[in-house]
Amino acid sequence: MIRLADIYVQQFKITLASFVQYRAAIFIWMIWHVIEPLVYLSVWSVVTRSLGGNVGGFTGGDFASYFIAMMLVNHLTYTWIMWEFEYRVRHGILSFMLLRPIHPIHSDIVDNVTSKLLTLPMMIPSAMLLALLFRPVFHPVPWAMAAFVPAVFLAFLLRFIVEWALSLAVFWTTRISAVNQGYYVITLFLAGQMAPLALLPGAVRIAATVLPFRWMISFPVELLLGRLTPQEALAGIGAQIVWLAIGFTILRRAWRAGLRIYSAVGA
Amino acid sequence: MNIPRLISVFIRVGVMSELAYRANFLVQLLESVLDLATAFAGIAVIFSYTKDLSGWRPDEVIALVGVFFMVGGAIRFMIQPSLQEFIRSVRRGTLDFTLTKPADSQLLISIQRVEIWKLTDIVLGVIVFSVALTRMGTRLDLLQVAGFAAALVTGGSIVYCFWVLLASLSFWFVRVENILVIFQSMYEAGRWPISIYPRWLRFALTFIVPVAVATTVPAQALTGRLTWQALISAAAVAALLFAVTRVVWRIGTRRYSGASA
Repeated sequence: MIRLADIYVQQFKITLASFVQYRAAIFIWMIWHVIEPLVYLSVWSVVTRSLGGNVGGFTGGDFASYFIAMMLVNHLTYTWIMWEFEYRVRHGILSFMLLRPIHPIHSDIVDNVTSKLLTLPMMIPSAMLLALLFRPVFHPVPWAMAAFVPAVFLAFLLRFIVEWALSLAVFWTTRISAVNQGYYVITLFLAGQMAPLALLPGAVRIAATVLPFRWMISFPVELLLGRLTPQEALAGIGAQIVWLAIGFTILRRAWRAGLRIYSAVGA
Repeated sequence: MNIPRLISVFIRVGVMSELAYRANFLVQLLESVLDLATAFAGIAVIFSYTKDLSGWRPDEVIALVGVFFMVGGAIRFMIQPSLQEFIRSVRRGTLDFTLTKPADSQLLISIQRVEIWKLTDIVLGVIVFSVALTRMGTRLDLLQVAGFAAALVTGGSIVYCFWVLLASLSFWFVRVENILVIFQSMYEAGRWPISIYPRWLRFALTFIVPVAVATTVPAQALTGRLTWQALISAAAVAALLFAVTRVVWRIGTRRYSGASA
């Protein structure tokens, strides 16, 4: 355990050094994370105004707080593993990673956490700017805000595990850009990135709740905005833990099976 | 030198090299269809609550999605891969080979690479766009079609100049690949009519990162919202921008010293 902590500290230093080298690039990539919620917030604001200020129980201020919270939660939970993994396998970089006496997932965890720490100073002002421009309505519920902390942490873990497991598909298909695109569509709707789940058709809502997607992004947002009862919050955290266990099992199996057929392109 | 002939040669080379990887076509088709499905699902959700989006009816927004796909496909077909290659060549010093060729260097770097499967986006865009127009049932007169074509060419050339200007930064700053991401992420906003955005964002999408001229403006031409004055001023901007791009390109190439020299 101490050994692993040491490795994390060292990896953190390496990652930090390389990110500081490419800091401009990291900030430019963050534009995606601001533009997308901004687009949907604009769309829903127009709809709200044309309907006289209320869409299915959401006012303009509600949409503003929803999408600003969504932007922050998405930023805290996103990973870029699915885009990177294909590159690793096709270019044989994975071979070098396998030579290290430690599972490659650890360096990915550190990379992701480090990039979040580095970019938070940009996301928070963006959120404040959006708050000034769109006037969100926010009713803080103390217990829900406290519960938000573990919920968003579990959401990050869950999204990380799910995306890492999905990207292992590359062992079998070599190209996974289509898988990525499909995954993007699903999270856009089932994780509440395009619209609050409450506004989507019933079937979509049920699918989002049964599958892991709601628990990866939407759930912490709903919690933060005080839209859930304590029972719902507990059930949500339970669902996160169950899906984490399932995802972790799949990840381990797929990793072992995948490594067996990995042919190390470029070797 | 004959410009269309040069372009067709480069496209032919691109086709030949890509035909070796035919499975890529299916992957690309799947991706494009998924992307289109996303756009439609989004429109369906929005219009389940309202009948018009700041004055745009569903079919008009679908027509806009068609234009969005056509223009985006055209960018990804030639402009983006060529200019990415150009930025790489400045870093590696291989731009020397282009500069010594007996043709206009800006033309050569703009067409040097094609990703032919991105044509699926263009084709799908045209289909979506035609279906939307038929559903609207508007009779198009020749003038409107001409206006649309003019708006598309104007918008396209403004976007092209913008990309070349961004890529030319590599003459001064070398590592600028990521700067292209600014356009790609802002372009996503072009899926929806520009009029839905707050004023500052509308300004940014028109004058700072010119997304609107290539998406909303052509769609407006067909739905009868575009005034001739707006089109003429857009054309003037396009001409001016093109001249600026030429000057920047000249200064940049003069500054370029070659990585190995």
